[in-house]
Amino acid sequence: MDATIEVSGLRKRFGQVLALDGMSFTVRPGQVTGFVGPNGAGKSTTMRVILGLDTADEGTALVGGMPYPKLRNPLSEVGALLDAGALQPSRTARNHLLWLAHSQGLSAKRVDEVAELMGLGGAIRRRAGGYSLGMRQRLGIAAALLGDPAVLMLDEPFNGLDPEGILWVRGFLRSLAREGRAVLVSSHLMSELQDTAEHLVVVGRGQVVADTAVSRLIAAASNGRVTLRTPSRESAMETLSPAGAIVTVTGPDTLVIEGMEAERVVSLLTRDAVPFAEVSAHRATLEEAYMDLTRASVEFHGGAGR
Amino acid sequence: MTTTTRPRSQARAARDGFAQLLRAEWTKFRTVRGWTIGLVVALLVIPAFGLLFAANSFSSCMQGTKEVACPVPPTGPGGEAVNDKFFFVHQPLTGDGTITARVASLSGTITYPPPNHDKIVPGNTPWAKAGLMIKEGLEQGSSYAAVMVTAKHGVRMQHDFTEDAAGSASAPGGRWLKLSRSGDTITGSESADGRTWSTVSTVRMDDLPDTVQIGLFVASPDDMTLTGNSLGGSISTSRLANATATFDNVTPSATGEWTRTDVGVTLGPDGHTPHRPGEATQSGDTFTVTGNGDIAPVTADGVRYSSILTGTLAAMIAVTVVAVMYITAEYRRGMIAITMLASPRRHRAIAAKAVVIGSVTLAGALVATVATIAVSLPILRDNGNFILPISFLTQARIVGGTAALLAVTAVFALGLGVIFRRSAAAIVTTFALIVLPYILATTSLLPTGPAQWLLRLTPAAAFAVQQSMPSYPHVLTSESPLEGYFPLPAWAGFGVLCIYAALALGVAIHRLRSRDV
Repeated sequence: MDATIEVSGLRKRFGQVLALDGMSFTVRPGQVTGFVGPNGAGKSTTMRVILGLDTADEGTALVGGMPYPKLRNPLSEVGALLDAGALQPSRTARNHLLWLAHSQGLSAKRVDEVAELMGLGGAIRRRAGGYSLGMRQRLGIAAALLGDPAVLMLDEPFNGLDPEGILWVRGFLRSLAREGRAVLVSSHLMSELQDTAEHLVVVGRGQVVADTAVSRLIAAASNGRVTLRTPSRESAMETLSPAGAIVTVTGPDTLVIEGMEAERVVSLLTRDAVPFAEVSAHRATLEEAYMDLTRASVEFHGGAGR
Repeated sequence: MTTTTRPRSQARAARDGFAQLLRAEWTKFRTVRGWTIGLVVALLVIPAFGLLFAANSFSSCMQGTKEVACPVPPTGPGGEAVNDKFFFVHQPLTGDGTITARVASLSGTITYPPPNHDKIVPGNTPWAKAGLMIKEGLEQGSSYAAVMVTAKHGVRMQHDFTEDAAGSASAPGGRWLKLSRSGDTITGSESADGRTWSTVSTVRMDDLPDTVQIGLFVASPDDMTLTGNSLGGSISTSRLANATATFDNVTPSATGEWTRTDVGVTLGPDGHTPHRPGEATQSGDTFTVTGNGDIAPVTADGVRYSSILTGTLAAMIAVTVVAVMYITAEYRRGMIAITMLASPRRHRAIAAKAVVIGSVTLAGALVATVATIAVSLPILRDNGNFILPISFLTQARIVGGTAALLAVTAVFALGLGVIFRRSAAAIVTTFALIVLPYILATTSLLPTGPAQWLLRLTPAAAFAVQQSMPSYPHVLTSESPLEGYFPLPAWAGFGVLCIYAALALGVAIHRLRSRDV
């Protein structure tokens, strides 16, 4: 099976609310893809459609080229964590993993392997009902990993994790991706995905707002602008314009330069001995880039999110 | 496309089998202690009720002022308990032969006991009978075949207690009867004039000895009336009855000597005076014979197997709760989504659940019912109770049927659990459809008619698997649900429950497939 998720033209309506409005994107193997958007943007619904739990009104969702319900031992193809609280509280964590393993023809040995991997250790024989949210997230990820799947889909896996846990999970997800898996991780907080996701699918109002590499997104948001404060406005413009920069006057001693990196601005000004008080490159954070993108698509419709 | 290098260790060993889902559902079931304990407790209710019943059932009989062991009814050739009491005027017959007689008249008396009545009135009970009989011997319960007139049920040919065939609907007086043996074949015939004969029935009796007793007999079951009580249900009252028949044109009249035997007569308190004796007088070829009692299976006056298993209803309530929780707990916690991720073909997950809850209940209930019967029977016998004997097949049907009844009820409840997604609604619906109709029908709350309809139309019909006594058309008993008689045969009643369970599962699977999880 190809480790891909292909979503194409998904539409779904819950009563009055259009939850998915032409959602389309592809998740490729070998990298962590962040699936971000405000609450109610359709992330969970999209994941549920991919997993065959919800049916889309229109469009297709394929995992490794197949609709999820056609997969034979699905947990060995796709691992998913949707709701860490979906547990029978009186069953031990180990038995929770055990019935899942049995459903896929996997052995109890595999259960102990993933439990070990997720650091559940001695707690594995405790009732899952007594687990903290963080422990449940670990158990949920362990369940997703049971079948050693090529595709992983995790819905808000950082919820309830302590900072140490967040760091650990980030590293863990990167290592899973390096093994060649397709990893789709949703979050409503972009900061959680910083340093984890290499690719981002940003959604809002049931649509994809941006589908891009993280580096390009940041560059686009920064747009390469450099702010220059100089007493010699005219000389600076004479130096920089011929070198290819677009220079805009924004104040008596302020220029904004586009299309040229700050280092080159400094070296050109130095070469021509143009005095300047400050050169500052404007580099956007992922957060800012995300805010730019989603500002338009934030909706506050209580209760509509799934 | 990036090539994947990740290890595919054991994932590939996985097979796509229903067996995996069964194993998963079994693991799910056994790892929630509340469910396993719930089921065990549910099934322990059956032996608990059985033992309570056995320990508290005592039976003793008085003879005069003496307490004695109660007499045990004889058993017929089929092993069933029988009444075998009648007056017999007979002679031995070796090999083939025929007896012919005309029943000139059939009359009788019925004794109304105090307090409301204390008088003897002329009349016959409907099944008062007089006719010709071939019987293996004089011991009660021995094999026989007889052709007879009855007071209200026309001419009949009966044999070996349980078998009954109808002839003409003629009134008893003036009817000619003929009974012939030819090897193992016994033929009963009737005639209006002694010249034109029509066969009532021909029966094959393989184990008849070469020499049998052949002759005239008279019997009369006691009178019984059923009156409805104010709440529905019925009360039966019994009155002693005697019948007297006059036989003439008896052939062979000259051959051999006629012996008179009051078959099955009981002795009075003094130990030698017969209690309610019959009698016979002969004048030429005319015989006047008076008898009482009946030649028929015993259907009351003993402990029935179903009484030992009265815990079934309570067990059913508990089993229902466990079966419903087994699925609704998944809805409550959202775990159903994980189940569907593991088995995206949703009907298979539900089918696996149904098989698991059904099999677990069946196996457990089978152990419970077998153990209950095995332990209760000796206690009941020690306490002096007579247990109405039933064939091994009937025992197996009651024991296995009760287990199957609980198992299919569990599957039905599971189906309702999927449909309603909530415990309370599913449990209440199961109770309303099975438990409530059964209670209404088998207590005195409803008249027999509506009670029987409830036991035809609702899944409670399946309790018919517990009916211990067959219904005999030629035995007058109160065949109401209250008395343990069901309107449908065991297989059909069980079929009704199976249809309900299949419908519930069908609707459940349809809803599961057509909705988002």
